[in-house]
Amino acid sequence: MNTLLFSIFNGVLYGLLLFMLSSGLTLIFSMMGVLNFAHASFFMIGAFCAYTITKYVGFWPALVFAPVAVGVIGALVERYGLRVVHKSGHVAELLFTFGLYYAFEEFVQMIWGKVPVSYEIPESMNFVLFTWLGLEYSAYRVFMVLASLGVMVSLYWLIAKTRVGLIIQAALTHPHMVGHLGHNVPRVFMMTFGFGCGLAGLAGVLGGNILGTEPAMAQQLGPIIFVVIVIGGLGSLGGAVIAALGIGILTNMAISYDISFEPFFALLGFSSEAVGVGQDLIAMTSGSISSILPYILLVLMLIFRPRGLFGTRDV
Amino acid sequence: MIKLFKKSAVWIAAGIAILVLPILFSSGYAHSLMGLMGIMVIFSLAYNMMLGQGGMLSFGHAVYLGLAGYFTIHLLQMMEAGAVGYFPISLLPLFGGAVGLLFGIVIGFVSTRRAGTIFAMISLGFVEMMTALAFILISFFNGEEGIQGDRMLGPEPFGITYGPAIQVYYLIGIWTFIAMLTMYAITKTPFGRISNAVRDNPMRAQFVGYNTQRVRWLAFSLSAFFAGLAGALFALHFEHVGYESAGLELSGEVLFATFIGGIGTFLGPIVGAILFTFLRATLSEMSSVWHLYLGAIFLLTVVFAPTGIAGLVLMHEPIWKVDFKLLRRMVLPYIGALVAILITVCGIIGFIELINFVADEYSSGTTINFLGTEVEAFNVMPWLVFGIITIIGIGLCKVVFPVVSRNWNGIMETIKERMLQ
Repeated sequence: MNTLLFSIFNGVLYGLLLFMLSSGLTLIFSMMGVLNFAHASFFMIGAFCAYTITKYVGFWPALVFAPVAVGVIGALVERYGLRVVHKSGHVAELLFTFGLYYAFEEFVQMIWGKVPVSYEIPESMNFVLFTWLGLEYSAYRVFMVLASLGVMVSLYWLIAKTRVGLIIQAALTHPHMVGHLGHNVPRVFMMTFGFGCGLAGLAGVLGGNILGTEPAMAQQLGPIIFVVIVIGGLGSLGGAVIAALGIGILTNMAISYDISFEPFFALLGFSSEAVGVGQDLIAMTSGSISSILPYILLVLMLIFRPRGLFGTRDV
Repeated sequence: MIKLFKKSAVWIAAGIAILVLPILFSSGYAHSLMGLMGIMVIFSLAYNMMLGQGGMLSFGHAVYLGLAGYFTIHLLQMMEAGAVGYFPISLLPLFGGAVGLLFGIVIGFVSTRRAGTIFAMISLGFVEMMTALAFILISFFNGEEGIQGDRMLGPEPFGITYGPAIQVYYLIGIWTFIAMLTMYAITKTPFGRISNAVRDNPMRAQFVGYNTQRVRWLAFSLSAFFAGLAGALFALHFEHVGYESAGLELSGEVLFATFIGGIGTFLGPIVGAILFTFLRATLSEMSSVWHLYLGAIFLLTVVFAPTGIAGLVLMHEPIWKVDFKLLRRMVLPYIGALVAILITVCGIIGFIELINFVADEYSSGTTINFLGTEVEAFNVMPWLVFGIITIIGIGLCKVVFPVVSRNWNGIMETIKERMLQ
């Protein structure tokens, strides 16, 4: 029971971070048709900016300024990079963001070094908030969950209830019509791109101190958020929520339960005396393959339901 | 007869170049580097079968090269242990190709169901899976260390032991030639044309009666075959294969190489592969942030020259077809533009190196060596100087570029007039 609760709590935490990243990605993708390969790089830059701001000023200013800075960088990238490449088609845009991903990683390594930096949980929240069923819940993790939930709710409110959200929704499906109605569609694109990157930056500020702030973090998380938006259905925020939480909880459970596949192989008639690759296969546990679980899900999804959980169109 | 000779002249020249180059550059390092170039040429051409000719952007094509490399090393190890019979070393690339083809058929079946962005995402998923598997199936991939083999075994036909680097180079060179010729021939077959059609307009290709998924699948599998062929040569060249040879980094490198060369033509990836291998070897010796420079070159190519180097050259084709002399009007502007760009790049590189030096806690001393001159990094002067150089360069660009485009437009006008006459 404890393990279950613990893995669900951590899974939700991780899942909410994934959602913050993938919500921006899926919005950008369905609006502009651009799969932003460098999206996780913005997450990384957010974490590194937060590290520097925290070092000199404090955590709370970092929580505000780092996402804003990342958002501005994102808007500039859209304005002076993507918009220029746009005429060469979607593949060129994807390639552009791929090059950006490389350049950002090198840039971060150049400025902050190749080794992880010590971006730590703020002192003011580094205590055990409450103990429930024998498990300790740290104040910072609870704060993270609340903050991410807050972002989720306000994102929903922004998209569903405000005029800005209405324009964004319209631009998702009918960009030309929105343009004819007199809205500046390129500016909507730029704002959405910057906003999505800012969300990724916020995730970096919140998650960098738990996941570890290092130049490889973009590479670790980047492919997983692609999996999230494909499984959730491209362009669907609701799908992104479900997929992000699902993958978060699934990977955490796989690690904490660490189920062995040996009985399964025994059932198929493979003995545990196998040698070589067979032995490695039998020795696999759900924990050791947790890192490839999302990709297995991705492949299964694309075979059986290519439009994703809540997607309205085939990808 | 003369027509046939004209057609094959390029190929004869390429063959002679492959044979003669190691004599011109006779150091062991040069042989090793040229061997790598050959492997990269095959790999890039294979990659371009998908990206350029089939319109499939993959982030994980190193999987097939890497897997073929692993299998080749395992075969070498087994031959050494006497577990299997002897397989001629010179023909191992065929074995690697078969491995690549096999995995290409299996993985291609799943991933070619979709084209475009989704295909790219699936390829990314597979390359991540591959990297993770290298640490799970330890007895096959041996995790971080990778596996090693010995290419010097078995009989020695004509005294070829594959000990010296030059012999491996010639093996790679001959296979590169064969692979280039085969892949060129494939582009001329009906399949090659249909592949282009599926890239440009899948719906129309479907209406004509072709199964677009099957066409993509075939292109994917063939491409994996040649990637596997390159993989076996890669394994023979290094006698070692590690998880990074099947990972995202090498996959990105082949994408860089192919795109910088130009994906629209057959020659592009060849130029790109040679240039990229050369750049990687020289830049990594000159600067610790060479990845940043390679990334910047790639970004600039995507933004300003999406057709690559080959595309830039071919842009001039209509001019030299009409009148070669017209090109003279571009010589001076081009030289000017080149000088302006070089000055700008020089300033920016200086800046990057200074930032890198100051930010890197492991750098020793206070001076950096920039083109032979010692520069005091913790001083205002170098920053100022590089700043001024950059500004001058940008200013020059602003002056020169309009002249280039004016002359270009002028030539285009002249060509139009002559064509109308």
